[in-house]
Amino acid sequence: MLRQIEGSRAVAEAVALCRPRVVCAYPISPQTHIIEGVGALVKSGRLKPCEFINVESEFAAMSVSIGASATGARAYTATSSQGLLYMAEAVFNASGLGLPIVMTVANRAIGAPINIWNDHSDAMALRDAGWIQLFAESNQHAVDLHIQAFRLAEELSVPVMVCMDGFILTHAVERVEIPTQEQVDRYLPPYVPQQVLDPASPVSIGAMVGPEAFTEVRYLAQARQLEALARIPELAVEFEHVVGRPSGGLVSAYRSEDAETIVVALGSIVGTIKDVVDEMREEGVKIGVVSLSTFRPYPEEALCAALESAHRVVVIEKAFAIGGRGILGADVDALVSKGGTKTYAVIAGLGGRAISEGSLRRVFGEAIRGELGAVNFLDLDRGVVDRELARMADDPRTAPSVERVLRDVRQSAARVV
Amino acid sequence: MTEQAVKFYQVGSFAVGNRLVDPQLRTVQSDRARSNALTSGHRACQGCGEALGARYVLDAAMAATDGQLIVVNATGCLEVFSTPYPETSWQVAWMHSLFGNTAAVATGVAAALKVRGDTKTRVIAQAGDGGAVDIGFGCLSGMFERNDDALFVCYDNGAYMNTGVQRSGSTPAAARTATTEAVGREPGNSFGQGKNLPMLAVAHEIPYVATATVADLHDLETKVERAMELRGARYLHVLVPCPLGWGAASRDTIRLARLACETGLFPLFEAAYGEILQTTPIRRLTPVEAYLRPQRRFAHLFANPPRTEDIARIQAIADRNIRRFDLLGGTSSGEPR
Amino acid sequence: MFQVRIHGRGGQGVVTAAELLAVAAFNDGRHAQAFPSFGSERTGAPVVSFCRISEREIRTRSPIEEPDALVIQDATLLHQVGLFSGLKPQGYALVNTAKTLEEVGVAAFVGALPRNHVLTVRATEIALQHLGRPLPNAVLLGGFAALTGVVSLAAVIAAIEDRFSGALRDGNVAAVTEAFNQTRAEQEALAARERRSVGASSD
Repeated sequence: MLRQIEGSRAVAEAVALCRPRVVCAYPISPQTHIIEGVGALVKSGRLKPCEFINVESEFAAMSVSIGASATGARAYTATSSQGLLYMAEAVFNASGLGLPIVMTVANRAIGAPINIWNDHSDAMALRDAGWIQLFAESNQHAVDLHIQAFRLAEELSVPVMVCMDGFILTHAVERVEIPTQEQVDRYLPPYVPQQVLDPASPVSIGAMVGPEAFTEVRYLAQARQLEALARIPELAVEFEHVVGRPSGGLVSAYRSEDAETIVVALGSIVGTIKDVVDEMREEGVKIGVVSLSTFRPYPEEALCAALESAHRVVVIEKAFAIGGRGILGADVDALVSKGGTKTYAVIAGLGGRAISEGSLRRVFGEAIRGELGAVNFLDLDRGVVDRELARMADDPRTAPSVERVLRDVRQSAARVV
Repeated sequence: MTEQAVKFYQVGSFAVGNRLVDPQLRTVQSDRARSNALTSGHRACQGCGEALGARYVLDAAMAATDGQLIVVNATGCLEVFSTPYPETSWQVAWMHSLFGNTAAVATGVAAALKVRGDTKTRVIAQAGDGGAVDIGFGCLSGMFERNDDALFVCYDNGAYMNTGVQRSGSTPAAARTATTEAVGREPGNSFGQGKNLPMLAVAHEIPYVATATVADLHDLETKVERAMELRGARYLHVLVPCPLGWGAASRDTIRLARLACETGLFPLFEAAYGEILQTTPIRRLTPVEAYLRPQRRFAHLFANPPRTEDIARIQAIADRNIRRFDLLGGTSSGEPR
Repeated sequence: MFQVRIHGRGGQGVVTAAELLAVAAFNDGRHAQAFPSFGSERTGAPVVSFCRISEREIRTRSPIEEPDALVIQDATLLHQVGLFSGLKPQGYALVNTAKTLEEVGVAAFVGALPRNHVLTVRATEIALQHLGRPLPNAVLLGGFAALTGVVSLAAVIAAIEDRFSGALRDGNVAAVTEAFNQTRAEQEALAARERRSVGASSD
């Protein structure tokens, strides 16, 4: 059914359609509307049977999910940023134990400094935790990915993280097609656990594994993720047959088949990039965009194929490995550099900084003219940075950088949005 | 004919396996058909109080639930010595997740059972003092507050034993641990206000809280049975001596547990919904020294010269417990609500 | 694409206004995207929300830098720097005030816009009358519908009926209708004056 609703609510409806049996809720901006939505559906009786548990921390949220999943119940939770880090130990535990938990991560920057707005640092911080990571470009995509996530997770016994940009998607009211219960039931059968706690057939789950077997256990986890590379496209096709709409998969290519400049990005920024691509194509620029719907497992082959025609690749990323070279940018560079293709990493949107079409046009132009470095910060206020560096050089004992920078920068709605 | 006095001292006592006791009153442990939830072959130290306590508790729970039990275990000695991959000593459905989340995982297990309408299968969470009093406390308090349907058992040996005997929030005053060495002006653990997890559980007003030790098997099993008759969040705190960590002889495990009670240092009680209902009176009041001396973790108290002030302070702790819990007066033992 | 920026203060329903507008456009069969200037909203702080309306799928999520219309829920914001920034030369401005544009001091900012694109609505007073509370957000959408014609009154009413219930729903529907009619009337009066002045100058 076609609805005009807030992204969070759309996700709540999609999750409810997947019939989770245990939902854990601990609030953190900007995920709150999602769990509130699911909670309301449980309380009103629309989603049942379902145990909705208000836990006392994110660590508890993932842990309760672990216990529930191990006992054969389909389990779901959601979090962001600091919450994801707070449950980090349990996140690794869940994948190590092979439990098919699905979790929404409403992407938000990680502090300090505390920041409630969108970027991808949270998902990136846990990219090696052994979870499948999917990124939604729009709220429709988010709805579809959640449904596919449960199916994927349970088939492979690997937990799945569905990432959607906090505020930008979660709090945007837009058109979404919500599948029917009958469609979802057709696509997603009841959970049949591959291992389960059952007094009738007792097993010990969570044994200590020493040096003699640990490597093999880890390798098997890798093998399962690589299996996902094959299954994700197949499950997306199956999904399309059920709902009549293409959605999901590993990567999506837009006007990139003959493009000389290809932009690579994750999440909601892809929508904005598509509009810029159309504008530049009108002017005869051979530019396209490739988005990763699946980030983990890393779709090397599919990405490589999509970037084949490119002379240069511009990676727009909303996260940064401090002390390093960007994250997605480095991964893409590793893929394409041997073919002679240059990769420009553009770090943008950190802490929720708005990304305008004008800025994107400008940076794409700079890439085409070869004016970019390997790593670039979009819309960096060079003046503020230089002034602060000068002040620190003068006297490191004065007020903390953050406070001085904030005083220096004029706060305006345009910067925040 | 010469008269010979025959002492039928066994009759009427609660010695384990007493064949003269009515079968109804015998312990689960004395029953050949006991489940051996924690069976032999694990790698615990000789005289390990926790291994003993876990077997006592789980066998009693298995008997009380007709074998319909799922157990969640924290990281620690109990988990490490019982599941060296690819072997396991557990003959129950058992899961180990992390150190601090045992109560939360148990909550999840209980929720999964509830949502599918399974009212027969019961849940027990178990952890050492580290996993309950310290790192596990947040999740435990959450489980209590929500009244999730699980019994949480803490096997308290007063330190992080598996990692090498480091101090926990449950380490008694003056005890030597690897992070509270018996050196300096104030050797051993500091004299603080302690962290009384049984009383914290009582303060959460949950349906059932009890303390027990491995020295009194009947008492321990009764408390487990009582707990398993109830629903909601329940807490059992079991004192389990650790020969290695306490520096005691492995044959002294049960004796030390008994002395902890007889000195008043470890009060035995039951509580429900925030009210203490019953305390077990001390049968033979004993000065704390008798308890402290056999443990090398307190050896610095008996050095040359002895630390009489510290011993007096420990005695004061015991005396306060005796007052607070009326351990000599003897309240009537009522049934918990 | 038609882009709207709504200005107000926290607690005045600025975010809801954008959402209602998006639902109204949806009811009219168009694509719409509404989003707020996300922040730790506190009552009284300036808040901005946005709405895009289009015949086609809306893919961009960039900030609206060149709105086609401004809705100003709180006239005390009028002298805030940048309120009118980016408003297109043929853009619309709807101001919630019982005063005239001259009285409220905004004439200078909107002087370049077509005269019939800038109107005031006594939305707070209308809301007080129908709702008993000074909630002008939904009411203003009635004025917006009349002013721009981008959404229909019926669609706005349907959005309100979907979102609210009971007295709040009925009151808002009545208020929206009144605001719509008032704005229409003002537009007609303006047009009539224009015609007369044109006629006069051509004499």
